[in-house]
Amino acid sequence: MKKTMIVLALGASLMATTALAGDVRLMWYSDGVEGEVMKDLVARFNADNPGINLILDEVAYKVVQEQLQIQLEAGSGPDIARVTNIKTLAPHWLDLTPHLSDAEYWRTNFGAHADWMREDGSDAITGFMTQLTLTGGFANSTLFEQAGVALPGEGATWDDWVNAADQVAKSQGTAAAFAIDRSGHRISGPNVSYGANYIGADGLPAPVDEGTKAFAEKLVNWVEGGQMLRDTWVAASGSTYRAAADDFINAAIPFYYSGSWQIANLSTKIGDGFDWVATGSPCGTAGCSGLAGGAALVAVKYTQNAEEVAKVMEYFAREDIVKEFSERTLFLPAHAGVAAAGNLNWQTEDDNVKAALDAYVAAAAETLPAADALPAWKWASPVYGALVNRISQVMAGELTLEDAYARIDQDIAEQVAAAQ
Amino acid sequence: MTGVKGMLGAVVTAPLVALARVLEVPLRLWQRLTGQGGMVAFFLLPNMAIFTLFVLLPLVINIAYSMTTGAALFLPERTYVGAAQYERLLRCTDYTNLMTCQEDQFWIALRNTGTFVVLQVTLLIVAATITALILNRALRALSFWRAVFFFPVLLSPVVVGLIWRWILDRNGVLNAALVGMGMDPVNWLLERNYAFSAAIGVTIWAHLGFFALILLAGLQAIPRDLYEAAEMDGTKPARVFWRITLPLLMPNMLVVIVLALIRAVQVFDEAYVLTGGGPGTATLFLTQYIYEVGFASLLKNPGLAAAASILMGGVLIVLTLLQLALGKRNERKGRLK
Repeated sequence: MKKTMIVLALGASLMATTALAGDVRLMWYSDGVEGEVMKDLVARFNADNPGINLILDEVAYKVVQEQLQIQLEAGSGPDIARVTNIKTLAPHWLDLTPHLSDAEYWRTNFGAHADWMREDGSDAITGFMTQLTLTGGFANSTLFEQAGVALPGEGATWDDWVNAADQVAKSQGTAAAFAIDRSGHRISGPNVSYGANYIGADGLPAPVDEGTKAFAEKLVNWVEGGQMLRDTWVAASGSTYRAAADDFINAAIPFYYSGSWQIANLSTKIGDGFDWVATGSPCGTAGCSGLAGGAALVAVKYTQNAEEVAKVMEYFAREDIVKEFSERTLFLPAHAGVAAAGNLNWQTEDDNVKAALDAYVAAAAETLPAADALPAWKWASPVYGALVNRISQVMAGELTLEDAYARIDQDIAEQVAAAQ
Repeated sequence: MTGVKGMLGAVVTAPLVALARVLEVPLRLWQRLTGQGGMVAFFLLPNMAIFTLFVLLPLVINIAYSMTTGAALFLPERTYVGAAQYERLLRCTDYTNLMTCQEDQFWIALRNTGTFVVLQVTLLIVAATITALILNRALRALSFWRAVFFFPVLLSPVVVGLIWRWILDRNGVLNAALVGMGMDPVNWLLERNYAFSAAIGVTIWAHLGFFALILLAGLQAIPRDLYEAAEMDGTKPARVFWRITLPLLMPNMLVVIVLALIRAVQVFDEAYVLTGGGPGTATLFLTQYIYEVGFASLLKNPGLAAAASILMGGVLIVLTLLQLALGKRNERKGRLK
């Protein structure tokens, strides 16, 4: 009897530590409420698929950014991951095509963004976008109203928005007029709006052009003039990401430039604290472009359970699941069928949210080709990193703009050379 | 109760006794064959194996990494570039102008770390000595005060950084207090000098207790009769400090200085959480530079990070050798006395 008990105990402890055939680990980070939605969907998947044990590993965004690549380079990592650095890591994604029951369904509904997550020239199906995002602004309409300043209308430029927000800031005594997340991705839509094109004729990064210079100069001037909140960009070094969402949520700034993924976050945290609206992207000299992007759910090619992984991916890519996920998370769907049907029943009682989602859908039509090319361009990441690193040094008074442009070109060239 | 303890002891030691009996014969044979030196090697082997696996091997791999480039993780898949990463780190057109250096941020981090080490270690030693002197006096509630000064040592460095960011932030406790007193708020973490001073102050606060404790142990080992003799001679307190306390505290002081130097060169966690390296690169230190290049940037460069860490390791080795040399000198002095 004792021997039986010992054998059972040893067996149980081994079961607890050893990955079984049929285990599928999913690495997931959350911006807003999507982690809760995923837990529910994963529980339902496990109930319906007793042969597969889908394990949801919820991690911080920083873990995905910093640790996932190292795991992948070592040939390990999760079976499925939710990532934003999709193109750079494309060599590590699994081609699901031979494991899918209907590859054509994927090409039809997710084909528009397939290049974002596969190597150049490949026709692999590696995953799908869990949501489409677009960079854009948010305004605290209550503060604007209290200040007696009208919200700038359609076609308003960056200067119009900053000037209006500055009047509000002065009237209401906020910390600054506006803030932009500390991210190269976030300033790239505005750069393109001023005529920037990062991609050279040879497909490699082009030198810093007049469009990028125009907006970079504005950013620096706005920080010097006190219109742009110094905390976000100046109070960090390197390419560290910093969002200014909390400053907007705490009404420390009347205007905030971030992106559509913030909608659920703002709705949850602001509640009925004040009214806010999505503004789309202010205009530059070349257009009023935001930058599309998003997070993808991708299969990792080092998985030992490719068939099970494909089944999990097929479940999350189902039209009804994508629709439910989008409605509950307030994310714009990347599924062509769901987007075309257009009958999404956003699960919120916050009127600000519905209006914001409509505003982002409208703003999606404004993106310029130079911005549309970036999500599928493999060198976008080093460009984003160099822009943030050097422009924030100018803001801190360590470099001149001219020095910064030379440094940005040099940093990008060195990073590209090291990665090739 | 004793019977139960005895039984438990027997249960625990029984397998060890059995193992010792099994090993006795081969060990005796080994000793006969290799002598005492062989036995020493046998008992050192487990530690040496652990040291090789977790210290020596990573060090060798890191050196090899520093001579390669690319994003691949495994050495055979990486491209050998010789000393190119070191050249890139060290190349400057004009060494008096860091902006002419190819890796300007490495040099900025080096300069910041150097400045930090000098200021932080000096202030830390002074503060720790004063604290130890105060705690060595017959104060009321002495144990309480000792615990107060030692408490920050028990905190995680990340917690230390977060607590002080909460205090020094634009909307932090300190500014709330200033505004409450009718004063203007100050951007403590956005002004270069304030942020650098904050990094120094916070790391001193976090480590003061540890170093004060070492010095306190030294103070308590100084014979009381020396002070009594000085008092009878009417020696002034300052003279007592310089002629009796400090010379006799020197062995502990040297340990404190070297340990503080090593810790200061390695500064990262508290400062990173507090300032993120900003404003600009005002508090970018060497360890953060290595972390940024090797792990945090979107396109990681582990080869360059490895080269920078080897250079930093060189500085730490010099400091460690200094500690060993000073330790040996003190030992010799002690023997002579």
